[in-house]
Amino acid sequence: MLKDSDRVFQNIYGFKGSGLDAAKSIGDWKNTKKYIAKGREWIVDEIKNSGLRGRGGAGFGTGMKWSFMPKETGGRPVFLTINADEGEPGTCKDREILRNEPHKLVEGALLAAAAVGACAAYVYVRGEFLREGEALQDAIDEAYAAGLIGKDACGSGIDFDMYVQMGAGAYICGEESALIQSLEGKKGEPRLKPPFPANVGLYGCPTTVNNVESIAVVPTILRRGAKWFASFGRENNLGTKLFCISGHVNNPCTVEESMGITMRELIDTHAGGVRGGWDNLLAVIPGGASVPMMPKALCENAIMDYDGLREHGSGLGTGAVMVMDKSTDLMKAIARLSSFYAHESCGQCTPCREGTGWMARMMQRMVTGDMTIDEIDMLQNVTKQIEGHTICALGDAAAWPIQGLIRHFRPEIERRINERASSGSGHAA
Amino acid sequence: MSTDTATVNQPETFEFSAENQKKFKGIFAKYPKGREASAMMPLLDLAQRQHDGWLPRAAMDHVAEILDMAPIRVYEVATFYTMYNLAPVGKNHLQVCTNLPCWLRGSDDIMAACKKKLGVDVGESTPDGKFTLSEMECLGACVNAPMMQINDDFYEDLDESSTVAILDTLQSGGTPTPGPQNSRKGCEPEGGATTLKDAKGDD
Repeated sequence: MLKDSDRVFQNIYGFKGSGLDAAKSIGDWKNTKKYIAKGREWIVDEIKNSGLRGRGGAGFGTGMKWSFMPKETGGRPVFLTINADEGEPGTCKDREILRNEPHKLVEGALLAAAAVGACAAYVYVRGEFLREGEALQDAIDEAYAAGLIGKDACGSGIDFDMYVQMGAGAYICGEESALIQSLEGKKGEPRLKPPFPANVGLYGCPTTVNNVESIAVVPTILRRGAKWFASFGRENNLGTKLFCISGHVNNPCTVEESMGITMRELIDTHAGGVRGGWDNLLAVIPGGASVPMMPKALCENAIMDYDGLREHGSGLGTGAVMVMDKSTDLMKAIARLSSFYAHESCGQCTPCREGTGWMARMMQRMVTGDMTIDEIDMLQNVTKQIEGHTICALGDAAAWPIQGLIRHFRPEIERRINERASSGSGHAA
Repeated sequence: MSTDTATVNQPETFEFSAENQKKFKGIFAKYPKGREASAMMPLLDLAQRQHDGWLPRAAMDHVAEILDMAPIRVYEVATFYTMYNLAPVGKNHLQVCTNLPCWLRGSDDIMAACKKKLGVDVGESTPDGKFTLSEMECLGACVNAPMMQINDDFYEDLDESSTVAILDTLQSGGTPTPGPQNSRKGCEPEGGATTLKDAKGDD
């Protein structure tokens, strides 16, 4: 288990309050000026060397992303946008940062802005997180009043402004280009890439979009050093990470752990174990709704990092671990996710707009066994036609949970179809 | 919540209150000059809050006027995002999350308790206009499931009896305490944190 002294988020449960004094008492805002003075290259290199990969789900190297930001912008301003549109089912870690550790985000934003040459940061907070947005705004106001941001932020000589923008209930705005569209006052429809936001982002200006957690860990990494952060986890999967453990566990919780912890240790140590014991486990969705599920057999020795879960055909995603015990109707579970994606498709690309609705209807039929065996193959085939054929990854995200279900539990699906057929109400071929 | 608005009784006009007009300056100050369109969502939110929690067409037209753009630009935004209510909603908008993590921990029971207590189905309001019941997608409080949002606040770690108690409080005109309805403060494990134990402060 990670030592308490090695946790980035010392106040993730909010026991100390969220104000500036509480933040300072756990080390926030200490010597920030010194790290800005070391220059943008130094910050980018430290973050690269720390091995930090984006914590929003895609896992792209944060330092690498920053290094793509142009140094010559032809007079255009540069923007940092922070993605707090947390809505991936199972995921509730950024909420805790926003309401309990907002100063880590504000300080991280300043340091990230220094690293990419940004004059301002916009934090796009999902509309339902009104209280969390207020907590962040309070922290921003405190930081302005204390001279930590604004003109000559922290006495560093750079000017930096930070704004909160509330969303209004659209999961798709968690996609970076949809988020930018929404910030510009438009429908949240993802943009075709290229051009990438690093060149043409918010207001047509160079923009980097980072997840809340990715930004909030930056100050601690700079203070304690890239080597310290990189001392946790395995090669290519370094650092600590917030995990949200939900579903059929005894004590659901959010907790910071070392990358590379085993799934079983994570669940047993922090969430009080699977309800009814480990042997009562049926399957786990280990990284938010968009990653394929893993049956118990694969969970036994699964390692909670990017490569460890990819090895088992799933992914770390946002670090949201949804545990399902043997009482779960997995078809119903995936059908629920399918209707979620159908609801959240922005409607721009035909395969996703039409496909998510079709898949959701097929999944509803699967729940009651009202389909033919051939239709399982047809469904699988359609998921493959949606995957990779849309502007953004929502189509993929809608396809993967179904693929995971069919891959691991096809016999269960067939059994249900056959049972219905033999009862005289179905039409299994 | 983009509902069929054909039957909605739309007001002829909409004006922002003097108090809300004072907020414009702060809103527009967030965006660079020439990028005032970014203020659309904050303005729609402000209009909805002023107008008993729903957004009439006149308010959209007024926002279009303020931003000097075609009304269709505002309509397409107002109909895209689910938090803009295009028809009247009850004073207490109950939004029960039924997505996977909440469903695994009994959101069906929470929904059933709300329906039974209020005598309405999903998407309906009570005749007295006090309650509207909606089904929500993931609200991002999954380790505190099952949960619902009522207006601006989250009510978490629900069970049938705490759900009924919350509705009782609302029916009698009170304000239930938001957050977890069991012994938890937030997202720490019930019964005590497994980490950061010396951080436990005064709570």
